[in-house]
Amino acid sequence: MATEQVKSQIPIKDFDKITLLKMYEGMLKIRMFEEREKDLIQTEQEGFAHSYVGEEAIAIGVCANLREDDYISSTHRGHGHMIAKGGDLGKMYSELYGREDGYCHGKSGSLHIADFDLGVLGANGIVSGGIPIAVGAAYSAQLRGTDQVSVAFFGEGAMNQGLFHEAANMASVFQVPVVFVVEVNHWQCGVRYETVYHPSVINNIAIRAQSYGFPGENIKGNDLLAVYNAAKKAIEHARSGKGPYLLACYTYRVETHFMGDIDIRPKEEVDEWKKKDPITGIEYRMLEEGILSGSDIEDIKDKVSQEVESAIDFARKSPKPKPESALDHVYVKFP
Amino acid sequence: MRNIELREAIREAMQEEMRKDPLLFYMGYDIGEYGGEFRVSKGMFEEFGKRRVQDTPINENGEIGLAVGAAITGCKVIVEIPFMDFIPMAMDAIVNQAAKFNYTFAGQKSVPIVIRTAMGGYIRAAEQHSQCFENWFVHVPGLKVIIPSTGYDAKGLLKTAILDPDPVIFIEHKFMYPMKSDVPEEEYFIPFGSADIKKEGTDVTVIATSYMVHLSLNVAAKLEKEGISVEVVDPRSLVPLDEEKILESVKKTNRAVIVHEAHERGGWGGEMAAIIADKAFSYLDAPIKRVGAKNAPIPFPKELEEFILPSEASIEASIRATLS
Repeated sequence: MATEQVKSQIPIKDFDKITLLKMYEGMLKIRMFEEREKDLIQTEQEGFAHSYVGEEAIAIGVCANLREDDYISSTHRGHGHMIAKGGDLGKMYSELYGREDGYCHGKSGSLHIADFDLGVLGANGIVSGGIPIAVGAAYSAQLRGTDQVSVAFFGEGAMNQGLFHEAANMASVFQVPVVFVVEVNHWQCGVRYETVYHPSVINNIAIRAQSYGFPGENIKGNDLLAVYNAAKKAIEHARSGKGPYLLACYTYRVETHFMGDIDIRPKEEVDEWKKKDPITGIEYRMLEEGILSGSDIEDIKDKVSQEVESAIDFARKSPKPKPESALDHVYVKFP
Repeated sequence: MRNIELREAIREAMQEEMRKDPLLFYMGYDIGEYGGEFRVSKGMFEEFGKRRVQDTPINENGEIGLAVGAAITGCKVIVEIPFMDFIPMAMDAIVNQAAKFNYTFAGQKSVPIVIRTAMGGYIRAAEQHSQCFENWFVHVPGLKVIIPSTGYDAKGLLKTAILDPDPVIFIEHKFMYPMKSDVPEEEYFIPFGSADIKKEGTDVTVIATSYMVHLSLNVAAKLEKEGISVEVVDPRSLVPLDEEKILESVKKTNRAVIVHEAHERGGWGGEMAAIIADKAFSYLDAPIKRVGAKNAPIPFPKELEEFILPSEASIEASIRATLS
């Protein structure tokens, strides 16, 4: 699966320029955010963060098809999902610095950056924890009579949890508008996916959808256009009342499990996937088609880079929370 | 005043609130056409329809996870887990998700769900259908733990629980569903954190919950004939806890016996004893006694189950020990 995907086979002419540029900029934003974060967490921040580098096309291609009032649930590797749903970089970095201006007032850090006003229903530190939450949001949308759609992002590691099965089955029998997006990034922390998937399904993880009675599709997850098109179809399917959909997006975790972790992967394997980088892939297509020039690309990169740097400045200046604020929000009402 | 069964009182609380709020729904397995494993939900499927009285697959973790997702997006949810013994299947959804959402995301979204479940033995249901796990939830910040002993209390507390913005573990007792109590026709609420003196007394305070309240009241009635005056205090909610009323009682009687059906080791009785020792030590005339299930699983045959679980005899013995 997914061995030669730098060049998308999907006609780029079918896409309007504004959408393409927005998605390209979004992918760059994630990339630059994560590359700076990799350095910051090992120098001036504390704790752990998990890089989304290499998987940008999935969050961006999916979220480009969502409305602001649609929902997503995210994972420990959640920065990319937040940015793709419109997250504020300053508040994100502030959270990573554990500062008051962070999305969670600095209380929760990388694992839990979320903005409920943008429909982000938590980034979840428990593998598979967010999946039934997305199903619940879809159930609630139906009960409230809206046409909102809910997307659950998770990795292939989470898909072996019983909770995925429980959530997928309930979504199916309740016919709720949810799209399951599994990011098959080849590594379950330090375990290769070959160890935890049978060879007969490893390149066809989407087949699992069949057992729940809803459609599933395997996608080249580093091909932005392929992800966008598949997500469009899946989200329309859910929004029109036809029930859930599974997208298995094959990609690769270019960085280590967490930033600064040891790396047991063969260098050749990582290098091979770096050649299939989703950002250079779409750049290549846009240059080829004359949608962008080399200097346009430089301009966009400068703009995004400045945005990232000013977000870091904002976070550095944000005050530290008072220790006693650690007792806030345990309950809404007590007693 | 009407005299109705515990299960009817609980049903009424849910019906009244569901009639008021169309975004409040109820989910669990067997609650639909079947009417509930303990017949608590009888007739509700017919009244509210299948989306609001939603039968689920048997998947405790998934259904509470779903409830969390619905609760943070504008709904309120009552989840029924018929046997508390099945709650371990859902510990992630309760402990890592529901209990922490409001905190983790700094108050962006609270999780207004009520998890109704039935604990307890005395019904010959053996090791996996007889347990009391309230202590686990007392230990987790973010959860409220309610444990009523009568139909009257259950109805008023459940209505409060449903309107509460935080996740509530609402613990009923299997053995008590047919037990009758006086429940008024008119609407009422009982606030959390208000203990109730089930019987006034002057010689010793018994702090008991759920079915243990009834065993303690029987013992108190017996001892009354001997001139021993027992005060029975029912906390009704373990989190939040009405420390004031409990301490006031202990300061009056100078003796305390704590009774819960959960295993003695690691039970909330230890916490209660610590609070009393910390805040009323100088008032005590005797060591604090605890009564709980012996530290073994709950076996099936009557004689063995009775040997393990608290009984009127073991409660009486502990009361007498504080007086000797």
